[in-house]
Amino acid sequence: MTVWIAIAATAVGCYLVKYVGLLIPAGALERPLVRQLAALLPVALLAALTAQQTFGSGSSLVVDARAAGIAAAALALLLRAPFLVVVGAAVAVTAGVRALGG
Amino acid sequence: MAVGLSGFAFGVTSAGAGLTLLQTCALSLLVFTGASQFALVGAIAAGGNPLTAAAGAFFLGVRNAFYGLRLSQVLALPRFLRPLAAHWVIDETAAVALAQPDRRTARLGFTVTGLTLYVLWNLTTLAGAAGAEAIGDTDAWGLDAAGPAVFLALLAPMLRTATERAAAALAVVLGLVFLPVLPAGVPVLVAALAAPAVLWLKGRGPGTKGEDR
Repeated sequence: MTVWIAIAATAVGCYLVKYVGLLIPAGALERPLVRQLAALLPVALLAALTAQQTFGSGSSLVVDARAAGIAAAALALLLRAPFLVVVGAAVAVTAGVRALGG
Repeated sequence: MAVGLSGFAFGVTSAGAGLTLLQTCALSLLVFTGASQFALVGAIAAGGNPLTAAAGAFFLGVRNAFYGLRLSQVLALPRFLRPLAAHWVIDETAAVALAQPDRRTARLGFTVTGLTLYVLWNLTTLAGAAGAEAIGDTDAWGLDAAGPAVFLALLAPMLRTATERAAAALAVVLGLVFLPVLPAGVPVLVAALAAPAVLWLKGRGPGTKGEDR
């Protein structure tokens, strides 16, 4: 049940925020500070989420096979690999390290 | 296609987080903005409160309002179409539509991209969620690394200037430091404060104004 609450809240919230963008008059959000903040929010959120889902395990921090996988993904990104290769590398390396007992 | 793999990865990740097939597909049908969906199932997997989990997903979706703002000028949609079009206001449709030279091709690009991605995203979500149930232990296949890898791939092209790198670095520190001490889902909201914090510091810094785009 709680999962459905989360789904409903996310669906409504994410839809409204898309709709609001189409409705409000141009210029309302064009203040530089608002624009900068809107551009920077996803950066902060994505960075924190990447770190948490790499090193988080419940409410503790661990370094396990996922860290190797994400390192591989980072390397693939530095080499300008396409999205598919980046995610594929993370999954393959994580599975490989686990199979070796890491 | 990248979106296809992403949808598949989402389906698998969501199933791995304990969501049912129906819940996973409902997310892709009703939310339809990838990063928010990944964030939500990640927070649910971590045992977060549903509204805290939704708040993290919501803040990730706020960028779509800014796409909508620019799209409404380019597309000039009739009022009755806006509630429908809104559902397709995402990174990819905005990128395609805003790159077109005139209104007709922008509308066409928006519609074709929106429809294609919507169908593809939902079909691959279904395949991923159904596949994950068949696979069994998704962790053994390393599929729990798909979520953070998707986040990293979305993040990488955004790290263009020192401001963005500073915000990302501060967010990583805040997100990890508060993970063990705050309830699940809250640390990522604390980490989001890295954005205003870095902007504030930048505004105060001597001679740094207007250095970045």
